[in-house]
Amino acid sequence: MTLVKNGAVVENEWVTVDDDTIVPIDQPAIVSANRWRNEKERLRQRNVPIGLRLSSDAVVDDIADALDTIELIALEFPAFTDGRSYSTARLLRERFGFEGEIRAVGQILRDQAQFMLRCGFDAFELAPGANVDEWIDGLSEIAIHYQPAADTRTSTAVLRHR
Amino acid sequence: MYRYDAYDSQLVGERVAQFRDQVQRRLDGALSEDEFRPLRLLNGLYLQLHAYMLRVAIPYGTLSSEQMRMLAHIARRYDKGYGHFTTRQNIQFNWTKLEEAPDILTDLAKVEMHAIQTSGNTIRNTTADPFAGVAADEIEDPRITCEIIRQWSTLHPEFSFLPRKFKIAVTGAYEDRAAVRVHDIGLAMQRNEAGEVGFEVMVGGGQGRTPMIAKTIRDFLPKDQLLSYLEAILRVYNLAGRRDNKYKARIKILVHELGTEVFRDQVEAEWEQLRDAGPNLDSAEVERIAAFFDPPSYEPAETSGYNAKLFEDHAFSDWARTNVARHKQSGYAIVSVSLKPEGEAPGDATAEQMDAMAEFAERYSLGEIRVTHEQNLVLPYVRQSDLYALWQGLRTQGLSTANIGLISDIIACPGLDYCGLATTRSIPVAQRISRLFANLDRQHDIGELRLKISGCINACGHHHVGHIGILGVDRKGEEYYQITLGGRADENAAIGKIIGPAFSSDNVVDAIETLVNIYLEQRYDGERFVDTYERIGQSPFKEALYDAR
Repeated sequence: MTLVKNGAVVENEWVTVDDDTIVPIDQPAIVSANRWRNEKERLRQRNVPIGLRLSSDAVVDDIADALDTIELIALEFPAFTDGRSYSTARLLRERFGFEGEIRAVGQILRDQAQFMLRCGFDAFELAPGANVDEWIDGLSEIAIHYQPAADTRTSTAVLRHR
Repeated sequence: MYRYDAYDSQLVGERVAQFRDQVQRRLDGALSEDEFRPLRLLNGLYLQLHAYMLRVAIPYGTLSSEQMRMLAHIARRYDKGYGHFTTRQNIQFNWTKLEEAPDILTDLAKVEMHAIQTSGNTIRNTTADPFAGVAADEIEDPRITCEIIRQWSTLHPEFSFLPRKFKIAVTGAYEDRAAVRVHDIGLAMQRNEAGEVGFEVMVGGGQGRTPMIAKTIRDFLPKDQLLSYLEAILRVYNLAGRRDNKYKARIKILVHELGTEVFRDQVEAEWEQLRDAGPNLDSAEVERIAAFFDPPSYEPAETSGYNAKLFEDHAFSDWARTNVARHKQSGYAIVSVSLKPEGEAPGDATAEQMDAMAEFAERYSLGEIRVTHEQNLVLPYVRQSDLYALWQGLRTQGLSTANIGLISDIIACPGLDYCGLATTRSIPVAQRISRLFANLDRQHDIGELRLKISGCINACGHHHVGHIGILGVDRKGEEYYQITLGGRADENAAIGKIIGPAFSSDNVVDAIETLVNIYLEQRYDGERFVDTYERIGQSPFKEALYDAR
């Protein structure tokens, strides 16, 4: 698996553990929202970072109490046509002020990368065989943005009147 | 009309380059059709029965003569010499080649046009009153709002993969010529008691398999809060709209399943959170956009020649009666140009006709043309003294059919002749009806009658809101047609009711004639078909259709 973060390939330091596997004590781990709810206290006591993996139908309010503790949220795209995680990412950034990593996982296309970036994603788990260079190009194909979003890019409505 | 600045041009240019690359990857085999489909659908390219169809956006139905000429060029160069104007005020080219689609987009970009979001589960081209800016009963030109929405919704990062397509319509007038109540969001401009301008916000209207009239969720939304309110609606929909079943994925189903009050509460709660930090424009940007729609400088009225011609020329006065509407400026007229000549496919125009329209627009209408959701064209700024000359010009191009609002001014979807979804043909039925009622005197006697035909349950021909609606249904390989009565798309929008069992293709046109005859027998003075229907109800029509059999 190739991980692209902040526009470059990076080492993935995180391990994703399913609900039946023991959470390693010495490595940053991504767990499901369910597991977080059930094992909150124990997971908090670890001294390594913890992250959450949210399905596309997750409701941000349900995990709001976790946001102070966790350092990464992986948002799932079960299909590239399922656009719920775009809204979830914006809510995490803009409403809840989450500053950790927001990682796009699942079925994602490089042609969607820029939309994701603008909604607050900063990391992308590429599908096996994806062309990394093309992916990174895809993050900046369109330089003009008509509307403000969760990123710091300035919208045309503002640029026009500077 | 709105003109691009460097930012608009750059965005469209970048989008064309991006799409050219996507097409190349498809042609190289790097993208499978499954992977390519959502990408081409973000850019108006459909794979139809016989070829790729490219749908070009005509924002809120306004075209310059220069743009119309480019459409003619595209029809000639890349298609079979014609195009099809749609019920979303767009144009479709039905015979394009995949490898040429990027070149078409490059040509379009030269005249500030594109195909962005004319398909896919995105916010589609926002439609407007085709008489925007010239209607006598208007509060404000709705195209200012439409252009603001166009920019906000273009490549919106959060709302490009919605549960389903999303359509917004805006009217600035009391009389609703934009069918706002059958849209995902309908915005009707209002003035509040303090004299401020805002919108009545209606949500969850639509046609398709489950037709619904939109529900008002806010009586008055201040104009400067529009975009944050739209963002709140779209976010609630994007997160909660159904994705398990394509046919239950439109916002109308969400509003229906939650109930209007619950839905409204969710939108208002979301809006509370983002109204101050949202995408609302500051006044400088609104004023910049609004200035493009300032009224032109009108010339003093000269009407005497026009009135004389009305007396002298019967054919001209027939045309003027249906195709010329009152302009807010005295001495001027709004001219509707019918794309429904007898026996032709509704909404089709040849490259020659497009060039001619560009010419007429330059000579008589300040270079501007509108496309209506009824699939006709409008010249919005014609001096009354030029009407006769314009009409004579239109006659030479087969564009002078005097049937606007009459029974042969039919909306029809492309149907099985082109569409991959259709189950029956619709164009041939429209053609047969228009031939049956070819006698113009008879049509004028029948008066306003909105007849709409869909070739399948997806209802692209708007049959649900036709005074008479016709829906094609396939029965074991045979085409049958179900008739609905009493639908309307205006400010008193209603969904038509099915009158009874469907008719075979052979009998459906006779059935329409029977319905019209009942109306003619029963009508009071001044009643339109739909008025008589609302007064006397279904029974007399039903008896005439079925009891004799």
